[in-house]
Amino acid sequence: MKIIETIADELGFVRTISRLAHEILERNKTLENVVLIGIRTRGEYIARRLAAYLEEVESVTVPLGVLDVTMYRDDVRGHLKQPLPHKTEIPFDISGKTVILVDDVLYTGRTARAALDALTDLGRPACVQLAILVDRGHRQVPIRADFTGKNVTTLEHEEIHVLVKEIDERDAILLVETPEPQQPGKD
Amino acid sequence: MNSVLFKNAHIVDPISGRDEVTDILIEHGTISSIGKPAAPSSVETIDLKGAIAAPGFCDMHVHLREPGYEHKETIATGTAAAAAGGFTAVACMPNTDPPIDSAEVVRAIIDLASGLAVDVLPVGAITRKREGEELAPLAELAGAGAVAFSDDGAPVVNSRLMRIAFEYALMFNKPLIQHAEDLSLTNNGCVHEGAVSARTGLPPIPSISETVMVARDLMLAAYTGGLYHVSHVSTAGTVNLVREAKKRGVRVTAEATPHHFTLTDEATAGFDTNTKMKPPLRSRDDLEAIKEGLRDGTIDAIATDHAPHAEHEKLVEYTYAPFGIIGLETAVGLTLRELVLPGVLTLVEAVEKLSTNPRRILGLKEIRLEPGEPANLTLFDMNNRWTFDVAKSKSKSRNSPFHGESFPGKIIGIFNRQQFIRAND
Amino acid sequence: MALSIRHLLGLENVPREDIQLILDTTPSFLEVINRPIKKVPTLQGTTIVNLFFESSTRTRVSFELAERRLSADVVNFAASTSSVNKGETLLDTARNIEAMKVDMVVMRHSVPGAPHFLSRMCTSAFINAGDGAHEHPTQALLDMYSIRQKTGALEGLNVCIIGDIAHSRVARSNIFGLKTMGASVAVCGPPSLLPHDVESLGVRVFTNLDEALSFSDVINVLRIQLERKAGAAFPSLREYRETFGITGKRLERLPNPPLVLHPGPLNREVEISSDVADGPASIILEQVTNGVAVRMAVLYLLGTRKESDS
Repeated sequence: MKIIETIADELGFVRTISRLAHEILERNKTLENVVLIGIRTRGEYIARRLAAYLEEVESVTVPLGVLDVTMYRDDVRGHLKQPLPHKTEIPFDISGKTVILVDDVLYTGRTARAALDALTDLGRPACVQLAILVDRGHRQVPIRADFTGKNVTTLEHEEIHVLVKEIDERDAILLVETPEPQQPGKD
Repeated sequence: MNSVLFKNAHIVDPISGRDEVTDILIEHGTISSIGKPAAPSSVETIDLKGAIAAPGFCDMHVHLREPGYEHKETIATGTAAAAAGGFTAVACMPNTDPPIDSAEVVRAIIDLASGLAVDVLPVGAITRKREGEELAPLAELAGAGAVAFSDDGAPVVNSRLMRIAFEYALMFNKPLIQHAEDLSLTNNGCVHEGAVSARTGLPPIPSISETVMVARDLMLAAYTGGLYHVSHVSTAGTVNLVREAKKRGVRVTAEATPHHFTLTDEATAGFDTNTKMKPPLRSRDDLEAIKEGLRDGTIDAIATDHAPHAEHEKLVEYTYAPFGIIGLETAVGLTLRELVLPGVLTLVEAVEKLSTNPRRILGLKEIRLEPGEPANLTLFDMNNRWTFDVAKSKSKSRNSPFHGESFPGKIIGIFNRQQFIRAND
Repeated sequence: MALSIRHLLGLENVPREDIQLILDTTPSFLEVINRPIKKVPTLQGTTIVNLFFESSTRTRVSFELAERRLSADVVNFAASTSSVNKGETLLDTARNIEAMKVDMVVMRHSVPGAPHFLSRMCTSAFINAGDGAHEHPTQALLDMYSIRQKTGALEGLNVCIIGDIAHSRVARSNIFGLKTMGASVAVCGPPSLLPHDVESLGVRVFTNLDEALSFSDVINVLRIQLERKAGAAFPSLREYRETFGITGKRLERLPNPPLVLHPGPLNREVEISSDVADGPASIILEQVTNGVAVRMAVLYLLGTRKESDS
């Protein structure tokens, strides 16, 4: 794996999070009815950062859930490697809520599509908004983000790697070159 | 071809004691001379290059399935398999349909086998229809040519009936060949009861199912003075009982099959129905006891229990599959591979178990490799390894667990009844 | 990380990593079946045949629920007898399955090895839902999951299986699976209901129930049936209950009463008394719930497995 460019270092990363948080605040006049749901794996950590930031600046605790979309993927059987499902942990009812889905990278849009299907099985939110740390383009389905931390123009053979302290030891956003063609549908 | 000169034949003959490489000249089905030089140019010459020439092998336990089950085997296909496997004689068991419990069936079988290179020796039933209820017409059967009596496939359960049979058969000096099995102990079993059946959950047959019956029969044989032959010995217990009985002077003989001295119940762990036979493949201890019994003479004969079954009959659930495997074409290879090469038996002893002893048990004429005697020979090459391809079997059936295995001692052919049959045709 | 096995025919010789993966994947599916909408689209387009040659309501329903909750296309094929009774061979059955182009086969049969035979001849992935007295791997997996849910781990646990061990596929699969996972396994029952060479399975053997209970952290109580014919291995259900029945009175005497499992259906007041079956130590109903989740995990892991995973 070759790093082409560091899109954001630790400081840039924090700034991107706060930009996202402010976009959310701007759109949602009140956070009363808002819940954050991070998409496993790294979406969960981005959602936690957002929740922490919102708590800090607004003194509001936004309910936080984690969504695993493996069982809703359209490529479970076609995928080169078998993905393993993990638990979805949403300890509240999403019906009637403003659900903000959070993920690290928006690429083909298939993960977000799977997440919307998964949400449908869990309840009927008042509305769903999509918050994305990095949008790298190349959509395959008609999905767009409501909140975007960064837009990065990428080539097909490149990838965006989002690193988070909790599991990757540091915070960073990297543009890397993939040695092999991307796995179909990898988002 | 009724005349041939076998050059450089390694004669192994337990009776004459010959053990030498020499030439055998056969003219019109009779050995006319042994020794060099002997080369009348009119006779076809085959150079055996030191391959073995032994007295013709006799398999005293086969199922030829005719009459009644011609989709499994016929006398023609069964004897072709016998010839390919190096046997010049086979004793065929009476579990046909109709069973061999009348002179007509004995004669019909002998008739069907006439002209073949392999002698077919019918074994008559001990009881009518092999049902274990009343004695079969043993005198009539013996008169028609039955060489021994057996209800094989089923035991004679009734002790009184078995006693009477022992006594009655003494008139003909022919043995009772018992399929020794206590059916109540077998219950619905189909594999050896032991560590493997504990794992597979297949219904088990305990070793005592055989041993209990052998113990009873030996007591009956001792009491009546009857001639008793134990079929397909599978347990250490049977070997011990027969050994002790022989010491006491009971008139008992015994046979073991190649599969019982080659395979153990471990082979059944994969649920291949070609590992299902009766008696079942037993434990390693039983296998070693059988080898020891063969070595020390407790077990007199090697017999195949050749039991052909059609493919569709075997390709079913394990418990529904019929018991038995074909064995005529692999018997010599297994004997050499499992017994002779590892030193359990000498080559001469192996020839005794395959030829001399079974013929003696069945009261047949001795084969002598001497001038003036009818030529009855099995020829095989100890230096030529071969691989068994069941698809090429001469048998009508394909139920063998030994497909693809390699053996020493490729069969060259047999000579019997004025015919030389090449194994490779 | 994917299963090394292509079929789930039994737990004998299944590596620890595979069992671990199935048990670790189960909670995700348990979460699904606790939702208001208990269905995910994961196996959409996958065709599964439930091939039951032996009647079974519970196991079939549990599998069918698992399959439908994964959105698989489900076909139920029930035949009370073997193909052989119709003059067909098992090979004919195999060829028919192949011709129907199904992806997975869940198979119950009264003869040990029947699914092994079919799986050798078909390209579909096979799950053994019980083959005679041989194996019932998903039952043992759900038993192990249920135990682990309560105790946290299987390693080092003393587990005793009580009843007719000789004829029990549940017993065999549990013995193989639990031993692989590091538990210490014992069996208890009348000697006439233990396999002849039972020690060769690597288990401790008790013929005295109270000794077995003192040994055990967990007991798995098997359903007992009396064959109404000569050769029954014990004289009466009453005598069995007196000697091997699990009752509250027996458990009361123990300083640490064991966790109680039963594969069902229960013979109340025969092998187990109602006060135990419905009591605090019993996890019999959890087993049923977990059964669906474990089967979903197995179906998912086998149904989405790629050859390149192995």
